[in-house]
Amino acid sequence: MSVESDRPLRDPVPARRPAAGGRRPGPGAGGRAGAAARRKRRGEFGTAALFASPAVIGLTLFTLFPIAMSLVISFFDWPGFGERSVVGFANYADLLAGDHFHRVVLNTLLFTVLYLPLNIVVSLGLAVWIATMGRGRQTLRVLFFIPVITPIVANVLVWRMIYQPNGAIDGLFGVFGATAPNFLGDENWAMLALVAMSVWQGFGYNMLIFSAAIDNIPATLNEAAGLDGAGPWARFRHITVPMISPAMFFASTMTLITTFQVFAQPYLLTGGGPGVATETLVLFIYRQGFSSYALGAASAAGWILFILIFLVTAVQFAVQRKWVNYDV
Amino acid sequence: MSDQRAELPRATRAGEPPRRGGRRVRHAVSAALLWTVALIFLLPLVYTVATSLKPAGEVFGSPPTLWGSELRWRNYAEAMNYLPFERFILNGLLVAGVGTAVVLVSSSLAAYAFARLRWRGRDSVFLTFLVTLMIPQEVLVVPMFILMLQFGWVDSYQALILPWAFTAFGAFLLRQFFLTVPRELDDAATIDGAGRFRIFWSVMLPLARPSIAVLAVFTFITYWNSFLWPLIITTSVETKGTVPLGLSLFFSQQGSQWNLVMAASVVSMVPTVALVLLLRRHLVSGIATAGLGGR
Repeated sequence: MSVESDRPLRDPVPARRPAAGGRRPGPGAGGRAGAAARRKRRGEFGTAALFASPAVIGLTLFTLFPIAMSLVISFFDWPGFGERSVVGFANYADLLAGDHFHRVVLNTLLFTVLYLPLNIVVSLGLAVWIATMGRGRQTLRVLFFIPVITPIVANVLVWRMIYQPNGAIDGLFGVFGATAPNFLGDENWAMLALVAMSVWQGFGYNMLIFSAAIDNIPATLNEAAGLDGAGPWARFRHITVPMISPAMFFASTMTLITTFQVFAQPYLLTGGGPGVATETLVLFIYRQGFSSYALGAASAAGWILFILIFLVTAVQFAVQRKWVNYDV
Repeated sequence: MSDQRAELPRATRAGEPPRRGGRRVRHAVSAALLWTVALIFLLPLVYTVATSLKPAGEVFGSPPTLWGSELRWRNYAEAMNYLPFERFILNGLLVAGVGTAVVLVSSSLAAYAFARLRWRGRDSVFLTFLVTLMIPQEVLVVPMFILMLQFGWVDSYQALILPWAFTAFGAFLLRQFFLTVPRELDDAATIDGAGRFRIFWSVMLPLARPSIAVLAVFTFITYWNSFLWPLIITTSVETKGTVPLGLSLFFSQQGSQWNLVMAASVVSMVPTVALVLLLRRHLVSGIATAGLGGR
């Protein structure tokens, strides 16, 4: 694949070179500035087209076009098979009026509200803690990162064993003659169980981002603060946090975006249940689109998801000026 | 980068208050605690491996046991035989391998055009690339599915590979790196008679090797682990399924045989864990460039 793709590029370029050389009196004579100025004037559209076209064509076909198409579909009653008809905003109106969809949006928001702070606290706490270690810190970082890269399906399956009645936790309770709550089947527990599993599997990524940022804090800052008698908490509060605030902003923004898209955990752990207690937006979209084949409604729900993500991200960008420090 | 890292432990030590008797003890306690936390954190993965080696009757019980009465390696053979897991693994390697190659070729070429060539419309095209990064995959799955129907690609390898091989992330990441390369290098190569492609191939790409490696590993892992799209687009799982899909199918058919399900899970984890262990020295700096490139 890779060989095939770069062959068309390889040929035109050498073919172009004599022409380019001919137009140029020689690099020495014109000088660098002259060549650059000429390049600027004429542009390098042909060369650029060769370099950029695979990505541009691919992105147009597989991203831009589907985006436009998705918008169009969302205004249709678009069954998997059979007649399609324009329905205007009816898909959106139906979704926004429906109790089921309200619950799904609430579930997604609840998941996010629980997951995001926990993720940030755990990943930041561990990143700071690991940074105080001398030997072994690289190993520790890799260990906490592992569930991020193991297939989520595999991660979810082992947590099912841990959560389910007669599972590992229930077995531990049994030692004391007690019975564990039915984590996946009890309305009060199911969402918490999803969040706990997701934090376990996901926080390692942010921990690495924070670790990289902490590694870049100049040691002299901490030295000076230490000489001035600042304790660990004061140094964390007044040096570490401001210094890594751009990383914290980045991590919380990216995590928020991906949190809204949670799918595999509810799909495989609870099936969205009990009832619809853990059905998230993406699970809803999946079911609308590929179980009910209501492709119009699924597209509309996708756009509502995008608007939600966009709004929350915009708010985050708006408030970042208050706490993110770029002066370093 | 490596200098900096080597320096840090020393610097941190110097930053702490003057030596007192309890300090070393406190540090040792903290280290012991941290390693305990790490071990507890890893328990689910250890539990996965341990369960994969248990006899079927010993999977659950109270008190729960980690290891069974014997190490039943046969579980792996039985799990692999029940579904065509070799097939899933080969499919996964093919999809992730080819997908990664396409991503690397298309994004490095585009990155060069964005970072080094002057052409009309460059900045607006680049901006368009960036905007698409905000669109969640879920907005795209429905139209993508319809597009695949139109192409007649449902249940095909190209449908698993191509739709996600042209995301803007790689081009953006590598562009940011190319911009840090001093222009003098290009100019020197131009004076030596190198054309644009030659500069790209022999000057830029070798310099960008660490960024490319990080991009390659994370692209591969993303393809390997991908679940939602294969679930949608693959109808004959037995022939075109990737590993997570096979695992999910296995679970829905053999959900009660947890030891076999866990054996299959362990197999699914091996390639990605191996890749990350290989990359471990560059993990933090790689995440720093790949992750924070966007800020």
